[in-house]
Amino acid sequence: MIEINNIQKTFEDKTVLHGISAVFEKGKTNMIIGASGTGKSVLLKTIVGLIEPDEGEVLYNGRNFYDANRDEQKKIRREIGMLFQGSALFDSLSVEKNVMFPLDMLSRMSKSEKEDRVQFCLKRVGLAGSEKKMPSEISGGMKKRVGIARAIVMKSQYLFCDEPNSGLDPNTAIIIDNLIQEITKEYDLTTVIVSHDMNSMMEIGEYILFMHEGKKVWEGSNDDVTDAESPILQKFIFSNKLMRKYKQ
Amino acid sequence: MKSLGKYMIFLGKLISNREPFRVYLKLFFDECILIGINSLTIVVLVSVFIGAVMCLQTAFNLVSPIIPRYVISQVVRDIALLEVAPTFTAIVFAGKVGSNIAGGLGTMKITEQVDALEVMGINSASYLVLPKVLAGMFMYPILVTIAGFLAITGGYIAGVVSGVVTPEEYIYGIRADFMEFSVSFALLKAFVFSFLITSISAYKGYYTEGGALEVGASSTKAVTNSCIAVLVADFFIAQFLV
Repeated sequence: MIEINNIQKTFEDKTVLHGISAVFEKGKTNMIIGASGTGKSVLLKTIVGLIEPDEGEVLYNGRNFYDANRDEQKKIRREIGMLFQGSALFDSLSVEKNVMFPLDMLSRMSKSEKEDRVQFCLKRVGLAGSEKKMPSEISGGMKKRVGIARAIVMKSQYLFCDEPNSGLDPNTAIIIDNLIQEITKEYDLTTVIVSHDMNSMMEIGEYILFMHEGKKVWEGSNDDVTDAESPILQKFIFSNKLMRKYKQ
Repeated sequence: MKSLGKYMIFLGKLISNREPFRVYLKLFFDECILIGINSLTIVVLVSVFIGAVMCLQTAFNLVSPIIPRYVISQVVRDIALLEVAPTFTAIVFAGKVGSNIAGGLGTMKITEQVDALEVMGINSASYLVLPKVLAGMFMYPILVTIAGFLAITGGYIAGVVSGVVTPEEYIYGIRADFMEFSVSFALLKAFVFSFLITSISAYKGYYTEGGALEVGASSTKAVTNSCIAVLVADFFIAQFLV
């Protein structure tokens, strides 16, 4: 479980996060949604420790990340897997080496153990047989799968996904969403996904935190998001024709 | 001053909270190839031709009959060792290696590869930059040694082929009044310049924000700032050690 309390962040004179609190439960796909520029990615980066908040705390199973010393922070970070918006695969490494990278850097496994683990993860995300390909040779959807494989290879407890289906066609996007949800259930992960994709939200949003201008406006699940009373959320959800038709 | 302070903090990040030694070893050798071996062609070309041109220009300007012709090779030798090999090559090195380092790191930064390392708990600055700086400081003195030798050789070939100096006069000239300190001086410059070029370029690349345009701008700034730093350092080293 991840708990964030009163997270505030200001860049120069612009406050991006206004005291956001939430609880992201284990075994659930938790989503942070909102329009572009509302601070979703900043919040995610604050939770994973890439941007230090001005105020507030981030608790990983009760361990305060920003109060922890460097070694403890390192320990927490090694329990984190992250899928980036552009996948962030290392260009110079093959698919196999990309997935093996955290094991090479952070584990004391033998070579054969590492190879077995990489094979297992690649098979799990449906990429067996693509080990030797370079990131430039694979599609956007495959890159996301490699990113997921790299995120779970260390048997992470926490999975963070920044816009996991950006740049993907609707069908591939749903496949990636479902893969994330399956992995969350299978390994009992605490998953936090940042997205502005309505399909994703309706498909896998078990807990939804809606942000607007750096503030938490609404929280709930995908079962009751369409009935939410917040006019800002209503406007956001029903901004496209498909969703308006769905409402009717 | 703010940039200088940020650069100093960046240098501190390279050596604090490092990864285990074994991690850097392979990266170091990879960088030695990228930084050193891959720069060999341009260094060879530049040194030979600059040496040749220096010889011909010196001969053209030494018109007095009382100045012996072996002075031509003395001039070529001293300029080659003191300036062409360490400083002129540094400018070429900054253009090739500096832009490559800044462009590579800048691309990694904007595509979130640096963030990916940080999320894993890896000191990205140290992991990505320290091997480059160490490889640069290891390989550049070797390149400078080669450049010095080839500049003198270029001068020999041009001088002998064009007939401005005989082989005996040239060899005599490069041996006459030779100061061993020139070699130490060139190598000292090589260490300082390689550190400046690799670290400044890495700093510019590491702090790239934005997109492809900014990566290009970082590469340009890396080369210009490295060149300025090399020239300023060259002045101070000459001031204090000559």
